[in-house]
Amino acid sequence: MHQFSIQPLFGSEGWSIAGYNIAFTNSTLWMAIAAVTLAFFVAGGMKRQLVPGRWQMAVESFTGFIDGMLAANVGPGGKKYVPYIFSLFMFILFANFLGLLPLGVIGLHAFTFTSHFSATGVLAVLSFAIVLIVGFAKHKLHFFSLFVPHGTPVIMIPLIFCVELISFLVRPFSLGLRLFVAMMAGHVLLEVLSSFVISSGNAGIGLFAIAGLPSFILMVGICALELLVAGIQAYVFALLTCVYLNDAENLH
Amino acid sequence: MPQIAQLAATYSSQIFWMLIFFGFTFFVVGRGMVPKVMDTVAQRDKQIADDLAAAERARAQADAEEEAWRTRENANRAEAQALIAEARAKAAAVTTERLATAQVAIDATLAEAETRISQARRSAAAEIEDVAADAAREIVSRIAGLTLDDGAVRSAVKENLVHG
Repeated sequence: MHQFSIQPLFGSEGWSIAGYNIAFTNSTLWMAIAAVTLAFFVAGGMKRQLVPGRWQMAVESFTGFIDGMLAANVGPGGKKYVPYIFSLFMFILFANFLGLLPLGVIGLHAFTFTSHFSATGVLAVLSFAIVLIVGFAKHKLHFFSLFVPHGTPVIMIPLIFCVELISFLVRPFSLGLRLFVAMMAGHVLLEVLSSFVISSGNAGIGLFAIAGLPSFILMVGICALELLVAGIQAYVFALLTCVYLNDAENLH
Repeated sequence: MPQIAQLAATYSSQIFWMLIFFGFTFFVVGRGMVPKVMDTVAQRDKQIADDLAAAERARAQADAEEEAWRTRENANRAEAQALIAEARAKAAAVTTERLATAQVAIDATLAEAETRISQARRSAAAEIEDVAADAAREIVSRIAGLTLDDGAVRSAVKENLVHG
């Protein structure tokens, strides 16, 4: 579990604003690395050539992907959310991938800040706040009709309203927890399997052949799976935000 | 689980820096760079659409020109055919006329020749008559010793020649 622990860096544990600690931690460092890497990646695709090179093509395919996702889920009104959804998707994607970097082999330790709900929660609350702001700004109090689906019998309206309201209010938690749980579970699984490899190797060659080697082979497969999960979780976070934005934008 | 164990000590730092760096990502990358990238894509799409439209227009123009050329060509061909037909008709008329003239000349020559032949035949017949009459009178005078009137001999000969 050491890989998830947060440590202040550069003697910054005393930094605070209005009594709140804002130490520059290893988690903060990887947020910075993710943001800078992402900025570098997108900046590399800004040559604005008519016939794009490979890098520009890569960046354009990402923006096209986000644009298509918003167009499919929100419609023409979704175009204005492209910057937010793009930032969200790419920031999470870069964070997930950077956290999987095998930097341990050179003595450094990658930190996956998306495996902390205090970090994913911020993104989830941001998305939820945008949904609320857009919804109430666009539809005023009519936004509450979101909680009463079409064709609900009048007698059922109070009950359905409560159920829909609860499911709506759960959204930020499910959004933030899903990402945190998926990332943490993957890392824990890899850690458990690697501890099998190490401790069985220490116990003897026989046990290593029985338990260590299969665990190691399984780890290779699970590493590939984790790369997939890293992409999928970023996609799911962005996609669900799109779906929620659709509710706010178009009601239903 | 450090996420929960360290929550009280680290939540403010996590939230603060998350907002800072996600804010950086959103404003610098999302708001600053992404619209330019999308703009490039849109420009390219527009250029492709424009080029396609221009190509389509050029094709339509080429079609129209080909149609006009075809019409002109057909008209030229029809005109040429008319010229040929006219020349042929004129040539035929000239030929017919010349043939008619030649025919007339031939007919005249033929008629003259026939006239001449019949004249010759008539004079030949008269000469035969004379010779026959002379011979008959001579024969009569020698055999019968009669001296016949020239007119009677001639009429008898003519009758015999005609009735043969």
